[in-house]
Amino acid sequence: MATRARKAPAKSKAGANKGGLSAPKPAEFTKDEELTAYRDMLLIRRFEEKAGQLYGMGFIGGFCHLYIGQEAVVTGISMAMEDGDQTITTYRDHGHMLAMDMESRGVMAELTGRRGGYSKGKGGSMHMFSKEKNFYGGHGIVGANVSLGAGIAFANKYRDNGKVCCTYFGDGAANQGQVYESFNMASLWKLPVVFVIENNRYAMGTSVARSSAETDFSQRGVSFKIPGFQVDGMDVRAVKAAADLALGHARSGEGPVIVEMMTYRYRGHSMSDPAKYRTKDEVQKMRSERDPIEQVKARVIEQKWATEDELKAIDKEVRAIVADAAEFAQNDPEPDVSELYTDILLEA
Amino acid sequence: MAQMTMIEAIQSAHDVAMDRDERVVVFGEDVGYFGGVFRCTAGLQEKYGSHRCFDAPINESGIVGAAIGMAAYGLKPVVEIQFADYMYPAYDQIVSEAARIRHRSNGDFTCPLVIRMPTGGGIFGGQTHSQSPEALLTHVSGLKVVIPSNPRDAKGLLMAAIDDPDPVIVLEPKRLYNGPFDGHHDRPVVPWKKHALGDVDDGHFSIPLGEAAIYRPGSDLTVLTYGTMVYVAEAAANETGLDVEIMDLRTLLPLDMDAIETSVAKTGRCVIIHEATRTSGFGAELSAVVQETCFYALEAPVTRVCGWDTPYPHAQEWAYFPGPDRVAAAFRAVMEA
Ligand SMILES: Cc1ncc(C[n+]2csc(CCOP(=O)(O)OP(=O)(O)O)c2C)c(N)n1
Ligand SMILES: [Mg+2]
Repeated sequence: MATRARKAPAKSKAGANKGGLSAPKPAEFTKDEELTAYRDMLLIRRFEEKAGQLYGMGFIGGFCHLYIGQEAVVTGISMAMEDGDQTITTYRDHGHMLAMDMESRGVMAELTGRRGGYSKGKGGSMHMFSKEKNFYGGHGIVGANVSLGAGIAFANKYRDNGKVCCTYFGDGAANQGQVYESFNMASLWKLPVVFVIENNRYAMGTSVARSSAETDFSQRGVSFKIPGFQVDGMDVRAVKAAADLALGHARSGEGPVIVEMMTYRYRGHSMSDPAKYRTKDEVQKMRSERDPIEQVKARVIEQKWATEDELKAIDKEVRAIVADAAEFAQNDPEPDVSELYTDILLEA
Repeated sequence: MAQMTMIEAIQSAHDVAMDRDERVVVFGEDVGYFGGVFRCTAGLQEKYGSHRCFDAPINESGIVGAAIGMAAYGLKPVVEIQFADYMYPAYDQIVSEAARIRHRSNGDFTCPLVIRMPTGGGIFGGQTHSQSPEALLTHVSGLKVVIPSNPRDAKGLLMAAIDDPDPVIVLEPKRLYNGPFDGHHDRPVVPWKKHALGDVDDGHFSIPLGEAAIYRPGSDLTVLTYGTMVYVAEAAANETGLDVEIMDLRTLLPLDMDAIETSVAKTGRCVIIHEATRTSGFGAELSAVVQETCFYALEAPVTRVCGWDTPYPHAQEWAYFPGPDRVAAAFRAVMEA
């Protein structure tokens, strides 16, 4: 995660929306930034591919929601975060943890339900946390994490620590009542929170059009006076620029911002998804035309910032990390049965 | 008659009800276009149109609240909460509105509403996809609560729930959707398609709410249970060789008091089994009822086998699940007492 000096938000003047902020132009990336983004997104992609394989082999059971296709969102935002800023998200959380520098081993071992997992195997794919890395969890209940994000932001303000809580949720979650309760509190109390709506067009098998009266989620905060804008969530540079603006705004005490990331998930909702709600063509088109990793790769090659071979070396390094995590996650023992009774209360 | 899985039986109940009564509307998350994540409403939107079977946004409170309003004005909504674990946002509407509107309006307004929810574990769902919240519902006066254990009951109870003038919660043990899972997770399950209880009438029929069934008659001890645990109890009975009478309660609220009293008075021993956590679970109510009505017939303490008082774990699911070994141990202990 890149650390950057705190600076006042650069409000874009052109085309300001009702809330007063609009999507900035994509960031100009340096060579280093491009290569960092490439590596970080690739790590998420390879990790998720491996998780899918382990699921197929029976090492992972139950639910497993892959983030493939959406990598630019969490990667671009992480690049704009300061040390100490927090992240809280939903059950589609593996990418967010890797972006918060959590260990691949600990995440994978949680998926397989082993004692070396971040929650000692007691949480599973949807429920992992790291105080050290300011990751306030994957949450299985749709919408629940949004209010928690507002509360974390309240604590930031109370402590006057200059930190911002990035609170992620989906297009489907955006219809839960508590999201609007949270919007109101966050704006009323001017909390340092950025609401990141990852609009991947579907909530399980239900498309946005079938669930939402207002499909421009960035404007869902208008009646709470929360500025918001839509961002190309497949372009990591656009995400980074948007996050710089939104985090700056929240950090400077002006209250919450909604950034709606227009993104796409390539895989099924969870592992058993008949995918009857969209065409293969639609998925294929996104993959071949908008893939976030391929976009960076093309730019890097064009700029001659790295050769194909150098990019392959990055892939190799990333694959080694993932292979090691998978190896660990298959061989680590399950938690002891007595663990079921720990961490319910301080004393049982 | 046709051979049906529990899922098909539930589809069939919806189908028959929608066909018979235009007041019946069916909705919930992924329920319309997609036909439900467990496919329990598949085909209904095509057949009856999207004004009668439709998708709701992800907002359980709104779903149940709107359904209560519809019911108050004379529709018969049948809604799905995708997993019972997602009922909590709707709990206020269930408790404060659905269960109370008849009483506080002096019978002027009623709530003929059905809320279906898949319940229970055994699918590696972890703490947010495995819970059995029946006691949170049976504690509420003004509700009825049913839990079928096979396709025939699933259809008959759902039909009765739809016909009922009051709010009925239908808990569907999701581990039973495809066959009678008995807790032996390492063995295959006989599919309902090849099971006598998968033989279900195509048309309208109902199983009265409030009537328990003797799943298996016996004389050594009485098991009071419901849902998946019916089959776990059967496995334990077979493994211990005891002559166990297994009562499938089917309706938890209102309880079939006569059936309970008759059976326990006969056997003098009672084991209560549920998957939900033990403390303040529905077993506590059952135990109290048995003590109150059968005290002088009892030859052993009433015993409970339940989930541990912990969140439902991701790892060690089978250590949590009250499987045949734990049940068999309770049978033996009760016989030796
Ligand atoms: C309260 C609650 N209701 C329903 C669900 C079931 N559920 C899990 S994910 C999901 C879809 C959410 O879609 P979205 O918010 O768009 O996120 P995405 O899966 O696309 O990342 C649903 C309905 C749940 N987990 N919690
Ligand atoms: Mg979505």
